[in-house]
Amino acid sequence: MNDFPLLTLTIWLPILGGLVVLANGEKSRDLSRWTALAFATLTFLVSLGLWIGFDASTAQMQFVERSPWIPTFNVEYFLGVDGISMPLIVLTTFITIFVVIAGWEVIKYKQTQYLAAFLIMDGIMVGVFSALDAVLFYVFWEAMLIPMFIIIGVWGGPNRVYATIKFFLYTFFGSVFMLIALIYMYFQSGSFSILDFHSLQLGMTAQTLIFIAFLLAFAVKVPMFPVHTWLPDAHVEAPTGGSVILAAIMLKIGGYGFLRFSLPITPDASASLDWLIIALSLIAIVYIGFVALVQQDMKKLIAYSSIAHMGFVTLGFFIVFSILANPAVDSGSVMGIEGGMVQMISHGFISGALFLCVGVLYDRVHSREIADYGGVINTMPWFGAFMVYFAMANAGLPGTSGFVGEFMVILATFKADFWWAFLAATTLILAAAFTLWMVKRVVFGEVKNEKVAALADLDIRERINLGVLAAAVLALGLWPAPLMNVMHATVENLVTQVSVCKLPDAERGQCELMRPEAVAAVAVRSE
Amino acid sequence: MENVYLTIVLAPLIGAIVAGFFGGRIGRRGAHRATIAGVAVSAGLSLWVLSRFIWGDQPVFNDTVYTWMVSDGMRFEVGFLIDKLTAVMMATVTFVSLMVHIYTIGYMADDEHNWPHGALTGKNSYQRFFSYISLFTFSMLMLVMSNNFMQLFFGWEAVGLVSYLLIGFWSTRESAIFANLKAFLVNRVGDFGFILGIAAVGMYFGSMDYVEVFGAAPGHAETQVDLFGGVSLMTLICVLLFIGAMGKSAQVPLHVWLPDSMEGPTPISALIHAATMVTAGVFMVARMSPLYELSEAALSFVLIVGATTAFFMGLIGLVQNDIKRVVAYSTLSQLGYMVTALGASAYAAGIFHLMTHAFFKALLFLAAGSVIIAMHHKQDIRDMGGLFKHMPITWVTALLGTLALIGFPGFSGFFSKDAIIEAVHASQVTGSGYASLLLTAGVFVTALYSFRMYFLVFHGKERMDEHTKHHLHETPWVVTLPLLMLAIPSVFIGWYAIEPMLIGDWWASGDWNPIVVAHEHDTLHHLRENWHGQAEFVHHGLGGLPFILAMTGLIMATIVWWLIHKWNPRIDDQLQALGGPVTRVLQDKYGFDDFNQRVFAGGGRRLGRLFWQTGDRALIDGAVVNGSARTVGRFALQARHLQTGYLYHYAIAMIVGLVGLLTVFVTF
Repeated sequence: MNDFPLLTLTIWLPILGGLVVLANGEKSRDLSRWTALAFATLTFLVSLGLWIGFDASTAQMQFVERSPWIPTFNVEYFLGVDGISMPLIVLTTFITIFVVIAGWEVIKYKQTQYLAAFLIMDGIMVGVFSALDAVLFYVFWEAMLIPMFIIIGVWGGPNRVYATIKFFLYTFFGSVFMLIALIYMYFQSGSFSILDFHSLQLGMTAQTLIFIAFLLAFAVKVPMFPVHTWLPDAHVEAPTGGSVILAAIMLKIGGYGFLRFSLPITPDASASLDWLIIALSLIAIVYIGFVALVQQDMKKLIAYSSIAHMGFVTLGFFIVFSILANPAVDSGSVMGIEGGMVQMISHGFISGALFLCVGVLYDRVHSREIADYGGVINTMPWFGAFMVYFAMANAGLPGTSGFVGEFMVILATFKADFWWAFLAATTLILAAAFTLWMVKRVVFGEVKNEKVAALADLDIRERINLGVLAAAVLALGLWPAPLMNVMHATVENLVTQVSVCKLPDAERGQCELMRPEAVAAVAVRSE
Repeated sequence: MENVYLTIVLAPLIGAIVAGFFGGRIGRRGAHRATIAGVAVSAGLSLWVLSRFIWGDQPVFNDTVYTWMVSDGMRFEVGFLIDKLTAVMMATVTFVSLMVHIYTIGYMADDEHNWPHGALTGKNSYQRFFSYISLFTFSMLMLVMSNNFMQLFFGWEAVGLVSYLLIGFWSTRESAIFANLKAFLVNRVGDFGFILGIAAVGMYFGSMDYVEVFGAAPGHAETQVDLFGGVSLMTLICVLLFIGAMGKSAQVPLHVWLPDSMEGPTPISALIHAATMVTAGVFMVARMSPLYELSEAALSFVLIVGATTAFFMGLIGLVQNDIKRVVAYSTLSQLGYMVTALGASAYAAGIFHLMTHAFFKALLFLAAGSVIIAMHHKQDIRDMGGLFKHMPITWVTALLGTLALIGFPGFSGFFSKDAIIEAVHASQVTGSGYASLLLTAGVFVTALYSFRMYFLVFHGKERMDEHTKHHLHETPWVVTLPLLMLAIPSVFIGWYAIEPMLIGDWWASGDWNPIVVAHEHDTLHHLRENWHGQAEFVHHGLGGLPFILAMTGLIMATIVWWLIHKWNPRIDDQLQALGGPVTRVLQDKYGFDDFNQRVFAGGGRRLGRLFWQTGDRALIDGAVVNGSARTVGRFALQARHLQTGYLYHYAIAMIVGLVGLLTVFVTF
């Protein structure tokens, strides 16, 4: 089973699909649509093979494929997944199906190319999550920008040029530094294998510089305060499908980067700079929560809500060190990271669904302004029900997936510091306030104007889209255990990795200051 | 037994799903039959379970249904803990819910008139309503039957969700959707504390399971937390959890949502906002008694908050003219009584009052609803009067409910309220003097506002317009039957339940006792020691101050709103004018709403706008992002002057460069 190149198939099948769809040309809408849907669905089914064949008992990379690519520089075509990347791959292929369906009717202009762009995007994103060679990773990482750039630039709103340039420069700015860090580590280890990077011993200065380089790249993608301002603009201008992919998958790549690169490669720098990430995460939760409250544009509001929710992800990832340093507690660090992971998956469902909801309204009224709506539920009861449901999930209602990650991160954060948990928990109020206030103004109330009065309720395609996502949100909320089980081994291994001091012997003293536990762990192991 | 308990929980859920998703197909009758069947099964089994606890030898059940997840060695499970405390709650919840389900058939019969013409939401609204109240029953059962903190929070929020949906049920009314958002957000403020409390439990106990946590709690009695200059862990946990209870059980200052929640249809005011959901906080504290007993400071806090709510919210009831709002403020006040009992460690008395209150308050709300039906949905008590002639069943049952509410000797409320007042009187924790005073004075207030409403509604001149008056008649049997069914326990339950619930050691089953009271906090021991049967207790009550105060209130109400009001209908206004500034303060509800609206709602929006405009727009985008773009642009603007296109310029630049480089190489 493991010899079968399942990852290669998951990456290249949708890209091939994209090319096939492109080859169809614009002549037959139906042919391109059905081909695109077939490829998207097939890719999802193939990726399910990853889930089914996954061995949850080990932290080892699985479905590994490794062959030389550019032997001169020791660059390899090296793929593999663990408990962190595998769920994200399945999320990617899953969400792509809905994007294809959502573009079924409403995309009139160059639909073939639109669908092809998303299929190619699908493969590239899977590539990012499965690449274990730094160059391969970097290629996929940058390649991702191209389809997204085109998607916003061609099918976007009136201000799309500003948004695309902003989006492109912002993310490109971040990734250049990452490239330097990767090349530096190549010179240190003689290999581009990310796994080799993990076992590199680096001094504090080198770690700090690498950490900052990665931080610039990943913080922009997540996005973290204060490099988040590209996101609302990009969302507002992007077509519905673009917003869905952006929110559901692309933001997760930043979070994934922290787990794959920052934490295991530079644990000591992460430990010494964790206060920075924690502070930025808490700002994202509280400050952005207030900013979201006053948005007039539904897409901007959800975009800001995404930033706040991603704050929980980074908080959960970096709370580890404070927990390790707190002598009063003996566990909790795994829960923080797992909570962040669940939050990423859950946010993929919920934000994807919310952007689809806004898309439904935009397709009919061509406005995203909250003020242009009111009493939508009177003409669109199905839509209203879904919107309220996803809003509640966004507000973290228990029983929906939105609760799980927040709950775990709050529980973990409490072990580090009461006041951090206090600030994080304000999301209970803030998220409910900005989401439900929007719902009140858009969904409830009397029919506001003639456009609302003329609205038609969801068609069958929209119902399927939102219905399946709703089921996913509910399933993950009622029974997160299956998802947790595939991550445990990997996350536990990661926590062991970050609790080991990687500094050279001369600098060991710094470890002791920051993580007494870490040194103890090393001592135990050496005995 | 697990199957029985699962059936109790899931039957209402199945009813809710059937009515909710297939309501259009099965029609009104199908929907109410499905949900009533579900709740009836649930109620029947709950009563059976309770009876086995009372007369049989039902063992305590504590088991996991399924493992929600495991993380970091901590198990998060969904499971049930069924002991006598749970059984009492289950029986109360499902019985009241069943009555409300039946009542709803009558109340919502012509709901299509409540919707604007052509609104699709008005279609199947009847079925949707049934679906929601069944979903509520499921959620409430999940809450009370839980054996762990996580599931407790699930139920806690799920009842909040249904409450939100039902307050805003008539979603085209601005006041309704304002009220439901307000209710949800104020509850979220409470939940904010609640989740931190749960996190504290998770951190120090490493478990979500009640039994494990309670077992380990005494070992943490002396643990100090490094917060606010050192605070006991138990105080921290208990106060945080209680903040959650203050939201859900509407205690000052998080009470503001409850009066507004009256925008919802009356059946849910009875079920959710009087009998069950709002008592979740009381139940929670009683359930956590092993924790609360370890923190005198937390008990004191609970006591003071409860007593404040009990008295000051009751006063507002005096100046309300909307029939539902009078009952709502009465609910706030009664919740205050229950919470004060908890603060005095008389958890059993709190639960006892919770139960009697559930019956008589549900009865009063449903009676109010019956009046509202007859009055064609007019709710101002100043425009009622003389209804006793037209609606005999409603009248009699409402009178019984009112007597129970004011604690008339022999009625259920008498036993529970007197027990609370005695317990608080015996309490030694800080603030018990204050609490005792307010609760006793509250008895007078209760009698006054209750009978003011009673007389204005049922007696005196018929002040409604001719059209309404002409159509006045008793409501159909589906409405009156639940009134009668609720009137029975409202009158009798106190008499039968006081002995097991307060006097004996009924709560314990084997070595498990859900209600733990430290010896020095045992405020019910007076009652226990001087117990000579119910009749003696009633007799003793007749000589007590609360009885005198209640009678004074009753008599004053009779004189003012019956005798004087007959020949001077403006007496009510005149009395209020006499109150002057006091009346105004009461009518402003002490200014809580204005304050919240201005400071929290307005302040939040202002802060958001400030952050957005100065932080995101001006600083980050304006100065840094677009600023650097402008800088690059400006630089390029200058730099491009170098690119002149003249060959000789480039030639010179090349030569200068060449010379420069040569110089460098030669020199170094």
